[in-house]
Amino acid sequence: MKSAVIVYPGSNCDRDAAVAIERVTGHAPTMVWHGESSLPEGLDFIMVPGGFSYGDYLRCGAIAARSPITADLIKQAEAGVPILGVCNGFQILIEAGLLPGALMRNEGLHFVCERAPLLVETSQTRFTSGYGDTKELTIPIAHHDGNYFADTETLDRLEGEGQVAFRYGNNPNGSARDIAGITNANGNVLGMMPHPERAVDAKHGGTDGVKLFESVMGSVQ
Amino acid sequence: MSQIAPEERDADGITEEIALEHVTSDEYEIILKELGRAPNLVELGIFSVMWSEHCSYKSSRLHLAKFPTSGDKVIYGPGENAGVVDIGDGQAAIFKMESHNHPSFIEPYQGAATGVGGILRDVFTMGARPVALMNALRFGDPKHPKTRQLVAGVTAGIGGYGNCVGVPTVGGETNFDKGYNENILVNAMAVGLADADKIFTAAAREPGFPVLYVGAKTGRDGIHGATMASAEFGEGSEEKRPTVQVGDPFTEKKLIEACLELMAEDAISSIQDMGAAGLTSSSVEMASSGGLGIELDLDHVPQREEAMTAYEMMLSESQERMLMIVKPGREHVAERIFKKWDLDVATIGKTAEHGRLVLRHKGEVVCDLPLDPIGENAPKYDRPHFPAEARAQIDPSDLHQPEHLGETLLQLMATPDMASKRWIWSQYDRHVMADTAASSEDPADAAIVRVHGTNKALAITTDCTPRYCFADPYEGGKQAVAEAWRNLTAVGADPIAITDCLNFGNPERPEIMGQFVGCVEGMAEACKVLSFPVVSGNVSLYNETDGRAIPPTPAVGGLGLIPDMDKRVGFGCMEDGDVILLVGETKGELGASLYMRHIEGKESGNAPRVDLAAEKRHGDYVRGEIRAGRAKAVHDLSDGGLACAAADMAIASGTGIKLAYQGNVPHFAWMFGEDQGRYLIAASAENAEAMLADAKAQSVPVSVIGLAGGRFISINGGHAVDLIALKQAYENWLPDLMGAEPEARAAE
Repeated sequence: MKSAVIVYPGSNCDRDAAVAIERVTGHAPTMVWHGESSLPEGLDFIMVPGGFSYGDYLRCGAIAARSPITADLIKQAEAGVPILGVCNGFQILIEAGLLPGALMRNEGLHFVCERAPLLVETSQTRFTSGYGDTKELTIPIAHHDGNYFADTETLDRLEGEGQVAFRYGNNPNGSARDIAGITNANGNVLGMMPHPERAVDAKHGGTDGVKLFESVMGSVQ
Repeated sequence: MSQIAPEERDADGITEEIALEHVTSDEYEIILKELGRAPNLVELGIFSVMWSEHCSYKSSRLHLAKFPTSGDKVIYGPGENAGVVDIGDGQAAIFKMESHNHPSFIEPYQGAATGVGGILRDVFTMGARPVALMNALRFGDPKHPKTRQLVAGVTAGIGGYGNCVGVPTVGGETNFDKGYNENILVNAMAVGLADADKIFTAAAREPGFPVLYVGAKTGRDGIHGATMASAEFGEGSEEKRPTVQVGDPFTEKKLIEACLELMAEDAISSIQDMGAAGLTSSSVEMASSGGLGIELDLDHVPQREEAMTAYEMMLSESQERMLMIVKPGREHVAERIFKKWDLDVATIGKTAEHGRLVLRHKGEVVCDLPLDPIGENAPKYDRPHFPAEARAQIDPSDLHQPEHLGETLLQLMATPDMASKRWIWSQYDRHVMADTAASSEDPADAAIVRVHGTNKALAITTDCTPRYCFADPYEGGKQAVAEAWRNLTAVGADPIAITDCLNFGNPERPEIMGQFVGCVEGMAEACKVLSFPVVSGNVSLYNETDGRAIPPTPAVGGLGLIPDMDKRVGFGCMEDGDVILLVGETKGELGASLYMRHIEGKESGNAPRVDLAAEKRHGDYVRGEIRAGRAKAVHDLSDGGLACAAADMAIASGTGIKLAYQGNVPHFAWMFGEDQGRYLIAASAENAEAMLADAKAQSVPVSVIGLAGGRFISINGGHAVDLIALKQAYENWLPDLMGAEPEARAAE
């Protein structure tokens, strides 16, 4: 499996993403600097990692979404390559227009870090197929701006089309309809606030994130 | 420190009045003698910051020499940016703790944030990738009008910086005590990892090497921060806000990556971060520790603001800056890497043979000073000191006997010192870097961070019990070190070394100096007996306001190694039917205990005594049992004694404990006494038997004191308290306190 992780100034989950991908798939991803104009050829999977790109000094993800690499990222999304954006990566995918809605400051206004109960809303996506009948996971969260918002029409559509991949078990940030992760209409782009890459190791954060990476790998084989 | 009027800034000579705003009259005499002339304002400013307590350690150096600082695991002890210890397999752990007390009181968000930034730089300057952050916080009385705002601001600042740079904040401690009402303490600790043969140091090696400035631009923030941090607070402390630096964690993150990238190339000769006293202390320390001189052209310093004077540039404490001496001809490597990361890089000078600090600005020499008097030969004081008055032993039979011990336990679990600090640590990213095996949320006496890519782990703890240090500085100092050693032991680690952050009041007062000397000597003794050397540290004096000093607070940051992660323990794995063993002797020492403070309402009695030989024996026994796989859950006994430790274990494990006690000490003293050198262990009946036999063979006092099971903590079949009630009491105190608080001002 050929994968890539995009690195922005201020990314801080890029190494974790690479370690998780290698651990689950057996292949190390290519690390791609945001200033590049294109991603490697023939990718099976692209991950946009978490962190604080550009310090999150402007709206989270807004500057990173205007990086040189974004044009090719959008092309790859249109071509159907699976793309996972986690935390700041989710914010970047929204700012890049690949996913609908917005991520606002947490309702409690605090940064929240916890091992959160996460509900698998559908196993009918290429990111969640491996979960089968498993409904509840524990995946770490760590963010200040994860309060998902979209207008009613969009939310209805996301729910109606099976684009809500994950919901929070204990909505920690005020997200609309407890939404923790959504896919695009085509199902090949997933954005989520919880960190599956921090849940692939029994000695750190549990292993509930493993199946997400396995599902993607399975979907491209 | 009053501001210097602009018209005086460019004056060549200076009046004595201006001189005395910078240094004492005795110190000014020394300067005149050393130079054979009056210094100009730039030079005076340099003496002022370099001779400040914060930079020169002039009151403390004499006593710090009492610490043992070497050992077979020590690669670099005090004197470098951070301590470096050997963790085997060619790897080293690099760590240090530092205070940011004064700025955090004046401006809690930025004060705490830049405290984190500064301590991170100390660690990655040496070539380490930072892997963990810790913090030790002391706030005033919870009911004091400023306390909630300070808690909210400091927490947001630590989180705002640490979360953004992507280093997990894995643990720490928080106390509340009215003694900190006007002077909070914010001590931050950073731990990093590097290859043992790729450590970078600060001392300049060769004359004629280029000096590079990298990182953020220099602005007018933090001017005279080190001087501010070396004075008491009084009327108008809020006006000192301009001396507080402003943090930019995004730039720090880029600086970490750029420095580590450059360190992998053969370009850097030596490197030093710009911390307190910024460009002044970094250039002086690099040149002076290498026995060389340094020449800088300030016109080349990247500047954020226009028309900055030499004085301002040299004294600015703008953050996220480093000074490096590069091998000649390798400047372009640095330029390439720092430009990639959108950071400033400029060659601003060179090393020289002459042993002087020479600064040029706008074509003129604005400073020409011999280095020795500024750095190595800075004043050193043997301040008068007298010991604290000894306090009497508490005799439990003189105290009121509580009617229901369970109710008393419930009360103690909801006190500021005992209650959960979840409200604070849930705002810190504890998981980034994906190597955290135990952090604040996990039931373990120390944080555990895996050494990336291995099955080894670092154990990290911060400890100090200011109540004890106030009651008896010597015993309190011993106890701070012993508790750190005990906490590392309780997770199964081999304790290696400590860093410290010595927070005290005004050293010019003999009783305060007495507290300092007592604590240092107690710590030194414990470090010696436990083979637990001091490898780095920091002193913060003048933590007092209008003559009221903080309680003596020598915070200890301990580091240990768990050689095999599969043999680590916490205290949350106790199961129904487990036997509860108590390691150590219990005489029911209630002096300076939480019980005295909260149940009797008195700050009285002497500190519990630490028998260091017993401490060592007990700890080695416990570690042996952990490694043998017999101990299922281990918890050290500290604040609140046996009962509070049992409650911690029960809450974390979700199972009760039936305590059984027959003896001479009154029950409440047995339950709440804070005798040292003790642990609780939960083990299966079979393993407990073997452990008792081992204990006998090793002359360690171990006894069976209870059985796990049920939903209550009870003693001798009575005094039961429900686990759910205990958990609520423990969890609700801080959220209740902070609940009504308007948000901390968000970072701009």
